[in-house]
Amino acid sequence: MSTHLPVLQVVVPLLAAPVCALIRNARAAAVIAVLASWATLAVALSLLGDVMEAGVISYALGDWVPPIGIEYRVDIVNAWVLVIVSTIASAVAPYMITSVEDEVERRRIPLFYAAYLLCLCGLLGITVTGDVFNVFVFLEISSLSAYALIAMGTRRRALTAAFRYLVMGSVGATFIVIGIGLLYVMTGSLNMADLAVLLPEVWDSRTVKVAYGFLGVGFCLKLALFPLHLWLPNAYAFAPSAVTAFMASTATKVAVYMLLRFFLTIFGAPFSFGVMALDRVLLPLALVAIVSMSLVAIFQVDVKRLLAYSSVAQIGYMVLGLSFASVTGLTATLLHLFNHALMKGALFMAMGCVVYRIGSVHIDAMAGLGKRMPWTMAAFVAGGLSLVGVPLTVGFVSKWFLILGALERGWWPVAVIVLLASVLALVYVWRVVEAAYFRPYEGDEGGAGEAPWRLLVPTWALVGANLYFGISAVRTARVAERAAEVLMTGVAP
Amino acid sequence: MRLDLFVSHYNYWVVIFLMMVGFYILISRGNLIKKVVGLNVFQTAVFMLYISMGKITGGTPPILVDPYGAGEGHNGAEGGPEGAEAGLGGTETLHEAAAEVMYSNPLPHVLILTAIVVGIATTSVGLALAVRIKEAYGTLEEDEISRIEAEREAAE
Repeated sequence: MSTHLPVLQVVVPLLAAPVCALIRNARAAAVIAVLASWATLAVALSLLGDVMEAGVISYALGDWVPPIGIEYRVDIVNAWVLVIVSTIASAVAPYMITSVEDEVERRRIPLFYAAYLLCLCGLLGITVTGDVFNVFVFLEISSLSAYALIAMGTRRRALTAAFRYLVMGSVGATFIVIGIGLLYVMTGSLNMADLAVLLPEVWDSRTVKVAYGFLGVGFCLKLALFPLHLWLPNAYAFAPSAVTAFMASTATKVAVYMLLRFFLTIFGAPFSFGVMALDRVLLPLALVAIVSMSLVAIFQVDVKRLLAYSSVAQIGYMVLGLSFASVTGLTATLLHLFNHALMKGALFMAMGCVVYRIGSVHIDAMAGLGKRMPWTMAAFVAGGLSLVGVPLTVGFVSKWFLILGALERGWWPVAVIVLLASVLALVYVWRVVEAAYFRPYEGDEGGAGEAPWRLLVPTWALVGANLYFGISAVRTARVAERAAEVLMTGVAP
Repeated sequence: MRLDLFVSHYNYWVVIFLMMVGFYILISRGNLIKKVVGLNVFQTAVFMLYISMGKITGGTPPILVDPYGAGEGHNGAEGGPEGAEAGLGGTETLHEAAAEVMYSNPLPHVLILTAIVVGIATTSVGLALAVRIKEAYGTLEEDEISRIEAEREAAE
């Protein structure tokens, strides 16, 4: 059983999805989705445990020996990302039951769960596989189901947002296929570990550099790095609340993982930082993303949109860590993958509670909610503090490593910008807090009570994780550091 | 650039031309259906890139040439134990044949078969979204949709 863990990671949600679509019963589909999500978490945790002890796990799919067959290759880096994705899925899935009943048409609910499970399957597949073309296939599975999920939002702008994401996402994925094709032309292999061995021989070829460029643009589109982020704000703002919480904490994280895996494991750190000067390309983009998107977030009136712009800024932090080209920087990136997933998950889930009660997340509509929905708004405040990077929250841990990385390189202006951007984050979080706690409630007396416990429990589970991993950060930091070392040194034998 | 280099790489020029045509349609047209068409042309260009790189000059299609050793194997397949022996002889000839014949690379074709399926799925999701956008807004023109949204926002 345990030898088949890598493939179970993908097969469980993949099989659960058609079952959900076929049974046509909203409640049963919800139960299946929750159980499948929890199963993926169990698998991911045991994979992480195995990898911490045994090193790399290689699984030959269908017993076809790599590099001819598809290999699922789990090392500490993707085990870590698998845990992130499945943790969020496990928290969001029970939350979905209530939230989706409220926001999605009843007859579409079983199909909604099918799409959700396919999206989960795609994201886990991208992470677990060791074959570059397989990455593309899973990428499209996750993207296509994500378009469908976003289009199920209550407002009609969800449709145009999904369409725009479809166009930009498909262009990004096609760029990635071009890059993969060019790599195949040069090496004749699609296996990641094999490619990592074969590529150094052909470093000088222009084809490899062009492939690098295509892959880079494709990944940056998928991870919404400024200025390729245009699809993200509307997609997050108009998707159903549970979908936003899920996508915001997983989809872009997996895209960052793809970037790290391709550019550091396959091409190798010497090629990325030495030949292609990846760090010098990403550093300015990351800094502009952090500052400009935080500024844009301040002026948003729709709180989901505000958080979406904040996500683009936070992606800037992840890319910034990579651009330090050091183990400390990468540790910050990998920690922030996990930490940002926790905080954005909690924040968007709190917003989902607000939508459930008052049907809007306009900042004016939220006036006085601090008294009306104390637990929901407390969750928002806790998530917001984490976003700002206050000590004792996870946000502080990733910023700490980020600033450490900047100072290690002697780039103190970068450290100053990171700190200044935290102040900007404080401003946009404060705008919501101000509306909720310091303005009088304007709705009718009976309305806007506390959200039901079925929404609050998953939300607070993530808030609790925010605080727990903020206080005892040693364990997560150690895993992230080991993963960063693996990425910097290249393929483990 | 030398002319022969240009001509000998004609497949890449076709691919680049198609890719740019698709990309241009995608960016310049406001009609959502036309955008889907542009996306399709763009993706098709990549299919052609893959397929053309599987071609080896002088290579045959990747189907085993004479797998049973010139008719002999056919009889062998029908018979009992003698047939099995004849079949064994067949494999030997197969190895000999494989050494002589140069096959084109089938793998890119197989990969692109997957990519074509993905392309169809993308197109159908795109068109389905276009249908629902038409139902919701009564138009498929991007600028009209943003005008409707701007008016609605102003009214609020």
